[in-house]
Amino acid sequence: MDFSVILRAVGSLAVISGVLSVMISISEKVLNNYGICEIDINNGARLLKVEGGSTLLNTLAGEKIFIPSACGGKATCGLCKVKVLEGTPSGLLPTEEPYINQEERKQNVRLSCQVKVKGNMKLEIEEELFNIKEFICDVEDITDMTYDIKRVRLKLAPGETINFKAGQFMQFYSKPYGKVKEVVFRAYSISSKSSEHDHIELLFRLVPGGICTGYVHQALKVGDKARMSGPYGDFYLRGNCEELIMIAGGSGLAPIRSLVYEVIENNLPHKMRFFFGANTLKDLYYMEEFAQIQKDYPQFTFIPCLAFPEAEDEWTGVTGFVTVALEQQIQNGEGKEAYLCGSPGMLDACIKILKDKGFTDQTIFYDKFS
Amino acid sequence: MPQISPIVIFFASIITSNMILSNFLGMCSYLSISSEYKTATGLGMAVTLVLTLTTFINWAIYHFVIVPLEIQYLSYIIYIMVIAAFVQILEMAMDRYTPDLYAKLGIFLPLITVNCAILGVTLFMVIRQYGALQSLVYGLGSGLGWWLAINMLAAIREKLKKAKLPPGISGPAISFIITGIMAMAFIGFSGIFTIQ
Repeated sequence: MDFSVILRAVGSLAVISGVLSVMISISEKVLNNYGICEIDINNGARLLKVEGGSTLLNTLAGEKIFIPSACGGKATCGLCKVKVLEGTPSGLLPTEEPYINQEERKQNVRLSCQVKVKGNMKLEIEEELFNIKEFICDVEDITDMTYDIKRVRLKLAPGETINFKAGQFMQFYSKPYGKVKEVVFRAYSISSKSSEHDHIELLFRLVPGGICTGYVHQALKVGDKARMSGPYGDFYLRGNCEELIMIAGGSGLAPIRSLVYEVIENNLPHKMRFFFGANTLKDLYYMEEFAQIQKDYPQFTFIPCLAFPEAEDEWTGVTGFVTVALEQQIQNGEGKEAYLCGSPGMLDACIKILKDKGFTDQTIFYDKFS
Repeated sequence: MPQISPIVIFFASIITSNMILSNFLGMCSYLSISSEYKTATGLGMAVTLVLTLTTFINWAIYHFVIVPLEIQYLSYIIYIMVIAAFVQILEMAMDRYTPDLYAKLGIFLPLITVNCAILGVTLFMVIRQYGALQSLVYGLGSGLGWWLAINMLAAIREKLKKAKLPPGISGPAISFIITGIMAMAFIGFSGIFTIQ
């Protein structure tokens, strides 16, 4: 074949595609350039200067404001709602319509993954979301609480603080270890006091085959760096009542401990009863601490329940499942709110009993392990 | 080069040689985006714009690049590249100026690239050896014809939303039937203008 034919074909294709690419690049520069846009969040609480042209969700994430999103910006989960008060020339997009109800339409709620930053904007986002940050912490201490539960105390980077409501959770990222090559993140409730702004404590119960708890139990060492984001969740103290009924099993104790401290540190008037379920004595932990709180604060009652106490445990407390204790010790739901954290099986059984006693969906709050 | 008046080509490509109703090209988006009149209008406009520009540019490239370099065997690739690049630019422009329409058209906007009516018009233009002005009006006329057809279908389908259709023929089936009837109606125009 003649060499010049090949040269002609390749050359002409290259020149034509080159010219077309230059045209596309120029139009992108012109059409997709929105310059520097100012985003005003919650009436001046934060002012951002960002490069326009990207979606609001990604732009905010770039500024370390994490709007929850499960689908990653494909308009299929409907979680990433924000109020856009100013700065969108267009109305609701067809892709958003299924997720925004009439009430929200009036308030200018939009899906942040569908709204593009094209100019100065004014937004309103929930204070809690505003608080969600990513943290790189130092592992300060790892303590065995029981044979399968470890408490990890983490120190935030100097100058960083966290504001969370007692009961909320963090997403903790594992690192590759041993044969596990992937990075996963799982949710763990914060067990430390909400008044402590430079440390957080998480409880990890070893889940057989679990990647994240396996990482913490086998690979994590004091002095390591750990990555997490949060705080998330709507499991926190409402307090429109006289008495708080708290129920936990296993590492479900974590958010309850935080809640108890929130009540006593803020001198709230609520009475508290904490039912803690375990199988045998070696599953119980934080016993001295809760006994001490009970001594110092008469408003707090601690009721550990052992389902299967062994002979050498010499157990004198409540024997049986938590449900048995609930059945016996709670008369009705009047003036009470219930806060539950634990395995789905235990929670469902407890919620059933509580509803029979007159608790409603408005007075039962729970954080279910899944 | 056939000496057909550009005016004849213009009207013929809208009415007697309509891309959809006589050539049945570009059916995919025609059927999918025709449930709402307003959206159909938007797509019709976009297709018309792309058709007019790309037909003319492809005419220029054919006569000034492809023929002199004797690379006719690459012509399809080059046509498609030109069309794809124009749709890209159009997409960016619509995202900026008409975000509502951009979101409504969704995937069908980039899919204008593979709308066979657009490549079809370019190929007909080459086969029929049109001149510059003829190509320009042929592209414009074909686009307007496509736009007219999708708007007619959308208008009828909007009316049909309130009609009671026998089960099984609602949706694409009834759209095909309507298109068939419209095509037969358009045969009535044949003989007024002839370009083929």
